[in-house]
Amino acid sequence: MAGSSENVTTSEYISHHLQNLTFGQHPDGSWGLAHGAQEAAAMGFWAIHVDTVFWSLVLGAIFYGLFRAVAKKANSGVPSRFQAAIEAIVEFVDTSVREAFHGTSKFIAPLALTLFVWIFLMNFMDLIPVDWLPWVAAQAGVEYQKVVPTTDVNATMGMALTVFLMIIYFSIKIKGVGGFIAELTGQPFAAKGPVGRAVFFLPNLLLELVALLAKPVSLGLRLFGNLYAGELIFILIAVVFTAGAGLVASGLASMFGNHVPAWFFIVAVVAVCLTLWLNLTDKLDTKKTLYFLAAEMLLFGGLAFLGGQLMHFGWAVFHLLVITLQAFIFMMLTIVYLSQAHEHH
Amino acid sequence: MNINATLIYQSIAMLIFVWFCMKFLWPPLIKALDERRERIAEGLAASDKAEKELEAAKVTVDQQINEAREKAGEIVDKAHERHSQIVDQAKDDAVAERQRQVAAAEADIVQSANQAREELRSDVASLAVLGAAKILEKEVDSQTHRELLDKLIAEI
Repeated sequence: MAGSSENVTTSEYISHHLQNLTFGQHPDGSWGLAHGAQEAAAMGFWAIHVDTVFWSLVLGAIFYGLFRAVAKKANSGVPSRFQAAIEAIVEFVDTSVREAFHGTSKFIAPLALTLFVWIFLMNFMDLIPVDWLPWVAAQAGVEYQKVVPTTDVNATMGMALTVFLMIIYFSIKIKGVGGFIAELTGQPFAAKGPVGRAVFFLPNLLLELVALLAKPVSLGLRLFGNLYAGELIFILIAVVFTAGAGLVASGLASMFGNHVPAWFFIVAVVAVCLTLWLNLTDKLDTKKTLYFLAAEMLLFGGLAFLGGQLMHFGWAVFHLLVITLQAFIFMMLTIVYLSQAHEHH
Repeated sequence: MNINATLIYQSIAMLIFVWFCMKFLWPPLIKALDERRERIAEGLAASDKAEKELEAAKVTVDQQINEAREKAGEIVDKAHERHSQIVDQAKDDAVAERQRQVAAAEADIVQSANQAREELRSDVASLAVLGAAKILEKEVDSQTHRELLDKLIAEI
């Protein structure tokens, strides 16, 4: 898939995949899309990653649409399968919030649900083969397309900083400005007298500020790091896959010369379809089907092709766990941080 | 990988989606879930109650069946009793009737015999009187000899 263009080296391929579509002001004063990483960097802070914003909005809308479809028709009768699935997610989030958040708030649970499902959907974009959407975008004339918003540090840190602001807001709302400052300066070293308090004021403030600031940073960077690494591995697998495709091409060339006949591909497609069809019509049991499919893939695609497919599949299965877990962790930590903000120490 | 204004966009988008969720998604969904939980609890309670009622009904039914059985037994016993009573009565009646009829027949016979005897007697008396008259050739005054005649009749 990736080896379509001849003059792309592996490092160029990777850095192309990791480049956001950036819109901003060029150093010469004109507004437009950046061509390449240097131009994007030159735009400074007041630039937007159009792809990140676009996909996160689209996925947020999908989240809203899915849940709204159920919420509109929600009743206490017998649920449809879809309704049951959505309700299972809501129930799960509700239980998590009840367990972790000690207090009453009409805000925390919807916040947790939104974060969980939205981040999951954004992470899920990682499982779409890395070349598909960028290829579609390229056909439409868009140079760069990074479709997983959570592999953009701006997106994850944006959410983490929002959570940070909520922590500060709720801390001040519940404990008052004085209470919040007392919490920041009165521990971990506690003193009884005013002199002791004055002595420990600065060390306490320093330690507590570090702890406070570590919250959004770890929250945002954990999600970003996991997803960025996962995305990078998918890209690397795609590179291996490309190399495999090269091997297949040379293998085919040794059989047919420079021109691979069309019937070869037709036979391959027909054989695979026939195997699947026989299985679906119960004429071939599943075990034999798997053997046949493996043999066909080996025959028509070559070992490297099969290896690439298997690696992609394996990593995707593992990554499915990662994206769910990361969405859950982000949600859970948000609940815990806000729960701490609500508590008096 | 530049830090830029996407940060702010993402933050705003997040706040808007959270607000949407708070306003339009969470309340109806959680309401439906709570309502369903309540309905299931009610259903379970109702089923428990129904089970208990069924148990109670079974006990009542058993009791009633036993009662009915006893009553039926009683009725059958009574019927048996009545039956033998009727049979006895009928027997007694039949015996009495037979006796009555026999007695009546006997009475009839006695009466007829008496009647016949009386008739015979009166006939004999008159015959005797007639015979005597014939013998004496003279009219016997029945009135005068009444006493004698009666004596005679009584002797016959």
